[in-house]
Amino acid sequence: MMSRSVLPVLTVCAALVVLWYLGAVWMNWQLVADAQARAGATPDLTEMIRLTLAQPRPLLPAPHQIIGELWRTTVTLPVTSRRSLVHHAWVTLSAALTGFGMGVGFGVVLAVAIVHLRALERSVMPWIVASQAVPVLALAPIVIVALGTLGLEGLLPKAIIAAYLCFFPVTIGMVKGFRAPDAMALDLMRTWSASRAQVFWKLRLPASLPYLFAGLKVAMAAAVVGAIVAELPAGAQAGLGARLLAGSYFGQTLQIWSALAMAALVSATLVGFLGIAERAVARRMGVQA
Amino acid sequence: MAESVIAARDLSLVFQTRDGPVHALSSVDLDIAPGEFISLIGPSGCGKTTLLRVIADLERATSGSIAVNGRSPAQARLARDYGYVFQAPALYPWRTILGNVMLPLEIMGVPRAERAARAKAQLDLVNLGGFERKFPWQLSGGMQQRASIARALAIEPKLLLMDEPFGALDEIVRDHLNEQLLKLWAATRKTVVFVTHSIPEAVFLSTRIVVMSPRPGRITDIVPCDLGPDRPLEIRETPEFLRIAQRVRDGLRAGHAYDV
Repeated sequence: MMSRSVLPVLTVCAALVVLWYLGAVWMNWQLVADAQARAGATPDLTEMIRLTLAQPRPLLPAPHQIIGELWRTTVTLPVTSRRSLVHHAWVTLSAALTGFGMGVGFGVVLAVAIVHLRALERSVMPWIVASQAVPVLALAPIVIVALGTLGLEGLLPKAIIAAYLCFFPVTIGMVKGFRAPDAMALDLMRTWSASRAQVFWKLRLPASLPYLFAGLKVAMAAAVVGAIVAELPAGAQAGLGARLLAGSYFGQTLQIWSALAMAALVSATLVGFLGIAERAVARRMGVQA
Repeated sequence: MAESVIAARDLSLVFQTRDGPVHALSSVDLDIAPGEFISLIGPSGCGKTTLLRVIADLERATSGSIAVNGRSPAQARLARDYGYVFQAPALYPWRTILGNVMLPLEIMGVPRAERAARAKAQLDLVNLGGFERKFPWQLSGGMQQRASIARALAIEPKLLLMDEPFGALDEIVRDHLNEQLLKLWAATRKTVVFVTHSIPEAVFLSTRIVVMSPRPGRITDIVPCDLGPDRPLEIRETPEFLRIAQRVRDGLRAGHAYDV
């Protein structure tokens, strides 16, 4: 059973890595060829390929170069170093998690309000949707600067941007989840003369949990994106966004790619934890294994 | 005669739909005495489920009057006078069987220890002892419906309202549950109002059968069904049983119930 599911996955992964290497050779070829021509050298094919995969500032770094850079900036450097990727990842992660907490809290409260007050759905929902149509890249500098004039700097403004991105999937998911119980389940509550609070805690909330987790996963990834985007405009000194920005100023593609890989790793880990929590909750709620 | 559990006078209910008014119930008069087992039978659209829902205060009549235990359906609902069994078990999938049966007690504010004891007693009554910790999906359809009956009984109502509770089950399971329901009724002496569209089921279970007809939903006949308290399944072959079934069938035909 195990090997049957693992083998296709490994095959696809291997194919992607091969494609990546081919892409790296192809994209860096001109760079290497120009440099060699300037130096008057005429390397053979294997030497050319070796050089395309070992550029300090390649157009597209090879996977092993990114892994090497990740290793160097996480394991070799002490965490206290300003070039340590662990340090930068933590700065972004703490803002993302704070924003996630704020956004999820706000998103759930908003969903509860929308489900219980008919008027709110008509009046607030369009604004919620419109809020997400504004590009966060355009909004982030305004928020950062505005909060900066109020004396708010560092983690909180970034967390607010992250929260702005992540309340939306939670609200949309929870509104749908709170309305998931069918007419019969609601009629039952009525035959017992249950109060609105009882209907909420004993029926709507448990019924909405699968929707909550779907929303949380999207929100978690969005929170990391939000924290990184919030680091871009104000010239933040630390964080994965700052690393991306510094990397692009100085053409340090390896630095950019390792920061990207780190961001992906952080997101995937957090979403993975949510998946574990989801399975634990599902087991407690008797979901068919 | 003891006071009626249900007394309906000239009861009508009109649904306003986009295609015009639908007369779900028209001038219904009905009295149900304590301890009776009443079946409401008729084709779909005859208002039998609507009548049950009016008794349960899940729908409001547009005219006429109805009293449940001498008060309005809303008061009766708030006093938790009845237990309601729906067409589907409608067990909450995230609760165990015991958790589902305890739910109405939780909502009533019964203390935790008492909840479990009362719920267990009801599960034993429907022969589901030992299944307390299972989740609904682990039980067959018939067992789930029995659990939902236990849930309706948990608040210990004197009146049990059942809306085609065995309609979705196969005939073998249905026969079995009909026998169990009769035993349960004999043991608890509750008043039961039972909606069905099966003639044999109605005759087998009831003390009286209310025959209803559609367009407008109305009562066309009330058939006494005095087969006595002891009813083995074989009673369905007796001339007495067949005579009552024939009268019900005639009542349905007279109400144009077969013009579909």
